[in-house]
Amino acid sequence: MSILSLARFQFAMTTVFHFFFVPLSIGLALVVAIMETLYVIKKDQLYKHMAQFWGRIFLLSFAVGVVTGIIQEFQFGMNWSEYSRFMGDIFGAPLAIEALVAFFMESTFIGLWMFGWDRFSAGIHCAFIWLTSIGTMISAMWILAANSFMQNPVGFMINAKTGRAQMTSFAAVIKNPQLWYELPHVLFGAFVTGSFVVAGMAAFGLLKKRNPEFFRKSLKVSLIIGLLATIGVVGMGDVQTRYIIKEQPMKFAATEGLYKDSGSPAAWAIVSGIDTKNHKTNWSIEMPYVLDILSYHKLSGNVKGQNAINKELHAKYDKKFGKNMNYYVPTKTLFWSFRVMAISGGLFALIAIIGLFFNRAGSDLIMRQRWFLWVLGICTFLPFAANTAGWFITELGRYPWVVYGLLTIADAVSPNVSVASLLISNIVYFCLFSGLGIVMIVLSKRVLHYGPDDLLQAKDDAPYDPYGKGAFDHE
Amino acid sequence: MSNLQFLWFILIGVLFSGFFFLEGFDFGVGMSIKTLAQTRSERDAVIHTIGPHWDANEVWLITAGGAMFASFPMWYASLFSGFYLILLLILVALIMRGVSFEFRSRMESERGRNFWEWAAALGSFFAAFLFGMLFTAMVKGMPINAHGDISAHFTDYVNLFSLVGGVAVTLLCYLHGLNFVRLKTTGALRERALKWAKPLYWLLFAGEVLFAILLFFSTDFFDKKPISTLIIVVALVLLTVLATWGVYSNHEWLSFISSGLSLIDVVILLFNGLFPRVMVANNAANSILIKNASNSPYTLHLMTIIALTTLPIMLIYFIWSYWVFYKRVAS
Repeated sequence: MSILSLARFQFAMTTVFHFFFVPLSIGLALVVAIMETLYVIKKDQLYKHMAQFWGRIFLLSFAVGVVTGIIQEFQFGMNWSEYSRFMGDIFGAPLAIEALVAFFMESTFIGLWMFGWDRFSAGIHCAFIWLTSIGTMISAMWILAANSFMQNPVGFMINAKTGRAQMTSFAAVIKNPQLWYELPHVLFGAFVTGSFVVAGMAAFGLLKKRNPEFFRKSLKVSLIIGLLATIGVVGMGDVQTRYIIKEQPMKFAATEGLYKDSGSPAAWAIVSGIDTKNHKTNWSIEMPYVLDILSYHKLSGNVKGQNAINKELHAKYDKKFGKNMNYYVPTKTLFWSFRVMAISGGLFALIAIIGLFFNRAGSDLIMRQRWFLWVLGICTFLPFAANTAGWFITELGRYPWVVYGLLTIADAVSPNVSVASLLISNIVYFCLFSGLGIVMIVLSKRVLHYGPDDLLQAKDDAPYDPYGKGAFDHE
Repeated sequence: MSNLQFLWFILIGVLFSGFFFLEGFDFGVGMSIKTLAQTRSERDAVIHTIGPHWDANEVWLITAGGAMFASFPMWYASLFSGFYLILLLILVALIMRGVSFEFRSRMESERGRNFWEWAAALGSFFAAFLFGMLFTAMVKGMPINAHGDISAHFTDYVNLFSLVGGVAVTLLCYLHGLNFVRLKTTGALRERALKWAKPLYWLLFAGEVLFAILLFFSTDFFDKKPISTLIIVVALVLLTVLATWGVYSNHEWLSFISSGLSLIDVVILLFNGLFPRVMVANNAANSILIKNASNSPYTLHLMTIIALTTLPIMLIYFIWSYWVFYKRVAS
């Protein structure tokens, strides 16, 4: 095992785990904010109880998101010190701004929201969850600004004396087109995550037939948000795809498993047998024209394969990085990740529409279609797979660079960290994350198991304590 | 060294000061969960004193780390890769502690609650102790090569000086936490915190004297900056005298502010001694200097504008949130 492979594994593990809770928190913050807004507008206590109940899941998710986020910030210095030296001038700024602008906002207002139910008017209290929610989105913007530079470096120069990347235009870094294609896709993905987790858990609640009114209302709100967010995430994914064909054709060719050029018109492979060793695709089941529709919104056009792009990249970078670079990206992972994402998108839309139809006012179809509640329940987990798949494409598709065209992954790793240290930290994180993951699932199940009974039965003017004894005390 | 570089060195110090002042009492309160508090309702009350705040307090650390990256990446890269295992342990401590409050509140059994209470208490203890150790070892000096990379042995991290530094910071945080509990609670808890603080302050005096002696022999602070170092050390003792007086005369605000300021004084001591370096190397030629460690003037200028416009706004709502939860927590 080398330092490089261990550091890469650690980055993948910590980022994937962190990014279970990031979109969940962003999404749940929005769902809860909308529920509380409905309470303020309609003055119906049920919405308040919905905000408080789903807020419990949100707070659990937020706590794990915060603590796993600290690992991310420390990790750049710990495992990737050469990257930090090379990129500090550009990468540090959005990171610091994220903390200054977004983290303080989120953490302060989440505290006010948690403990402020009895201290503020409904409107002001509702503003706290909105400020928290906006904070989470601002946070996403700044960290994606940093990520976008790594995908598509702009507004910089290489200092000839130090060899480091240096920012020349902050405006260009912020206006990076990559950011504005990536951000909406990520945010809509987060909204899908939050809303389908609420919808899925509400479905489990309905299966138990307790508090049907509460869970049906929750289902309605979450599925409406979920449907709109799905349309957003698919739409923005489409826009982003067409951008990637131009800017990172290798990444796109790999998501389609293309080694040879497709020729025109281009068919879309639903499944393929990919041979990464010999750089070829052995067989595939194809839908004619669909790849052209996906790529260019036309019925004709050639999509370049990895073999051709590999040659272009060698011609472009051999002078600086040498002839031995491998520009092929992990094709199988990208190919299947894209399919997980695409299929999830379709499923979310379909399920949201069916769910809203079954759950329409005046019909109790949703209570009788138990198979559908099970499908919804399973959908609690699907957004996480889709989010992870998306990041696999984005991050692995950047191979072999950590900063596209500027710095290779191999040159970014800390030179002085030992294999033993990395092995220990990998094991520690692995155990920690397994533990936290299990506790999160058990506690979310427990919140659902007790249901909103304590909220629904409490007197209207009873004080609300987020750490309160309430539903979880049986002594 | 440019003015901007100097300013950012100060700003990093300010952010760490904010972190130790605020998270200092969080750590102390965290340790109190399993020491000071004796019943379930007392533990509830202790946790409630920092419930709305601990997360925002921890953001000071994240901001300090981010700001270090944004202003002195050479410092950030050298420090974080060089103190790898200590930082790993700090992360584990912060993680266990960070999730503990939320997870504890969802436990059904006494055993489950007990587990997360220990996670909070031990997490707070180790975070405080390890931060103390890390910064003490850092100013003592590390084997750093010309590239800025640390390759150190166990004794470079763990030695008498760094252990005393760790214990001193832990004790400062614990007392700061007790002072915060005195301010924020009522009844038996408030009285017990006062009672416990009294003997501990005498222990702290002993610790400070020992720390000062070791500082004299282990660092170059007294050689390079005898006057300023002496003033800061004397200030530390005076602040502790004030806090002790606040304890014996039962002035809660006085002890709390004094214990907070003594933590800030320690940060000032370290930063004053570091200057004009950011990392101290055993081989003086390899010490990393402020003038060589920073980002370009463009980025520093940009970050200055952003920090000076956003910090005041942040401080308004940050302080306001404390004012909102000013009321004492009953147990």
